[in-house]
Amino acid sequence: MSLLLIKNGHLIDPANGIDKKSDLWIEDGKVVAVGKHTGTADQTVDANGKIVCPGLIDMHVHLREPGEEWKEDIESGSRAAIAGGVTSMCCMPNTGPHIDHAGIARQIIERANQVGLCNVHPIGAVTKNLDGKELTEMRELSRAGCVAFSDDGMPIWHAGVMRKALEYSSSFGYMIIQHAEEPALTKGGCINEGWISTKLGVTGMPVEGEDSMIARDIMLTRRANAFYHVAHISSKGGVALVRAAQAEGLSVTTEAAPHHFALTEEEVLGFNVDAKMSPPLRTEEDRLAVIEGLRDGTIDVIATDHAPHHEDDKRCGLSCAAFGIVGLETMLPVSLGLVHSGILTMSDMIGKMTSKPAELLGLESGTLGLGSEADITIFDPESKWIVDRETLVSKGKNTPWHGKEMTGQVTHTIKAGRIVFENGTIHD
Amino acid sequence: MMNPLKHLFGIADMDREQIEYLVNLGHSFIDINRRPLKKAPTLRGKTVINLFFENSTRTRTSFEIAGKRLSADVINISAATSATKKGESLLDTGQTLAAMQPHVLVIRHSISGTCEFLAEYLDNTAIVNAGDGAHEHPTQILTDLLTLKQTWGSPEGKIITMVGDIAHSRVARSHLLAAKKLGYTMRIVAPKTLLPAEVERYGCEVYYDIDEALPGSDAVYMLRVQTERLTDSCAFPSVREYHEAYGLNMQRLKTAGDDCLVLHPGPMNRGVEIATDVADSVKSHILAQVEHGVAIRMAVLAALCGGEGGDES
Repeated sequence: MSLLLIKNGHLIDPANGIDKKSDLWIEDGKVVAVGKHTGTADQTVDANGKIVCPGLIDMHVHLREPGEEWKEDIESGSRAAIAGGVTSMCCMPNTGPHIDHAGIARQIIERANQVGLCNVHPIGAVTKNLDGKELTEMRELSRAGCVAFSDDGMPIWHAGVMRKALEYSSSFGYMIIQHAEEPALTKGGCINEGWISTKLGVTGMPVEGEDSMIARDIMLTRRANAFYHVAHISSKGGVALVRAAQAEGLSVTTEAAPHHFALTEEEVLGFNVDAKMSPPLRTEEDRLAVIEGLRDGTIDVIATDHAPHHEDDKRCGLSCAAFGIVGLETMLPVSLGLVHSGILTMSDMIGKMTSKPAELLGLESGTLGLGSEADITIFDPESKWIVDRETLVSKGKNTPWHGKEMTGQVTHTIKAGRIVFENGTIHD
Repeated sequence: MMNPLKHLFGIADMDREQIEYLVNLGHSFIDINRRPLKKAPTLRGKTVINLFFENSTRTRTSFEIAGKRLSADVINISAATSATKKGESLLDTGQTLAAMQPHVLVIRHSISGTCEFLAEYLDNTAIVNAGDGAHEHPTQILTDLLTLKQTWGSPEGKIITMVGDIAHSRVARSHLLAAKKLGYTMRIVAPKTLLPAEVERYGCEVYYDIDEALPGSDAVYMLRVQTERLTDSCAFPSVREYHEAYGLNMQRLKTAGDDCLVLHPGPMNRGVEIATDVADSVKSHILAQVEHGVAIRMAVLAALCGGEGGDES
């Protein structure tokens, strides 16, 4: 029996409506009390001046294992996660082999459990080989631990296949997560189409590529009465479509990545390959629409689309550089920008990284309810630090925030009652 | 004091003074090219490498002649047939050549931003952009400005009407930037399928109809049309219809006024964007552009090597 006390912190637990200064007690890996508790703590963490919240959930990451372990693996990704305060993450199926059969899903979960730092929930592929043609065995994948289905990285472009995917998945209560992009419009593009792509002389991806796919999918979702989630929404039009679908009562949800509400396409000027991702950084108007979507609740979740790449795949010029940036270690401080600027309350922001994704995916984490597994993040919301790509824990160094100042820093990450990250040090 | 040039990436990085300096320096080099003995010692002991990842005859030859007439040692590398075929990365190729200590690396590549990218990693080597993707082609624009200077003196207040595939044209982008800096007007003419997004933000006039754009033009600048690009991307149904809609023929040219010059960056597709009678007419300054291209590239190499016309040694 070991008793851990986190004392004097400001406890925020949106799942249980808690937002107050309070002690938190953990016994044998479970939350046992909020406030007073009888017993003497074996270990105490002083959280005075800090926020104590459920361990963060990032429902959209690429862990690259199996297949591309030089970019990231489950261990390095787990270490990066806890350094960013993330204790549960959902990994996308575009690995090699893909997560399109149960064995791979089980292997990933087993490996994550061996590492033991962060829960890893695989997202199963919608189609075999992510080639957009034949559906995977979703029931089998679900039984193996997959919490949703997506061909992320590749859009499910074929309307007929998407219709069947929505109909089939929803028959069993599964959610389809779409990388919403119409490839006929975005082929060959590398950044948002507009003034910046014109100035740089590179092929753009028009925003209509995203909007038209979301519009189509919402129509199919309506007919199928399905569960549809738009990954990494980046456009004003997309947010408006999702908002209208929700008003209609459809089960349509979405997530936003920190880069899409913190940065614009201007970041690419100077051919910055670390500002290249898909969907691309868009205009200020789009950025503000994503922020409004977060504020009014259209966008339920903040997720990073953590996409580590090896520098060899980035150091080759903008149009041939790989898409994607790392995000796990900057997710919280970048999102805190929304709180510091008064757009979201601290509780709302934390909810979008804890209770909301847990609710969408049926995860047990994301709460500090009594008896729940003690996955906890403690952070100082005012602490300032400078992002240095060389000291990122992730194998991927592709961040647009290199050299930028962040406000807000994770001080402790607790996984099942064990302190796994403490003031910059990982306790393996 | 003028800001000295370290590299020549594009018109975007240059101010008016730098542009005019290079045009004037180019002007001073025209004569050498017309002498019986076409050699000056300006770049003696300097090494220039032409690294061309895209096919090019005129630009590569122009840089080669420019370097040689100024006594530089010029090496040509056609990367399509060398290291890159073996899978060497662009960066490795650049670093390998830079390790051989050239003074100038002249680069053409299909990827926009190649020069800026390489310059981050290569020290002590001046980089000249000989055309990168659809981004910039600064020596072509300097060449055009030198050609226009011969007739106009200054381009200020003039109207240049550019016709063709603006979307994929690095020449167009560099001219649109130069126009703003030097005070001339660009009219661009193309169907919407060949215009890049938000092109009007350059401050240019946009036309879809060539016959509306020509009157009042002081120069007509025809862009080469890549016929495979036209039809593959559904930008245009046929070469026939393109020529009918946007091709420059003598009848159309007459509507532009008597003093209107005709320019083309080459190579031309006769019968596509330009009719033979126009290409060969007295109004055509297309061969003058080619001649001035050598003088401009001499000026660029001299400026980047620190030589300014005399023997510095």
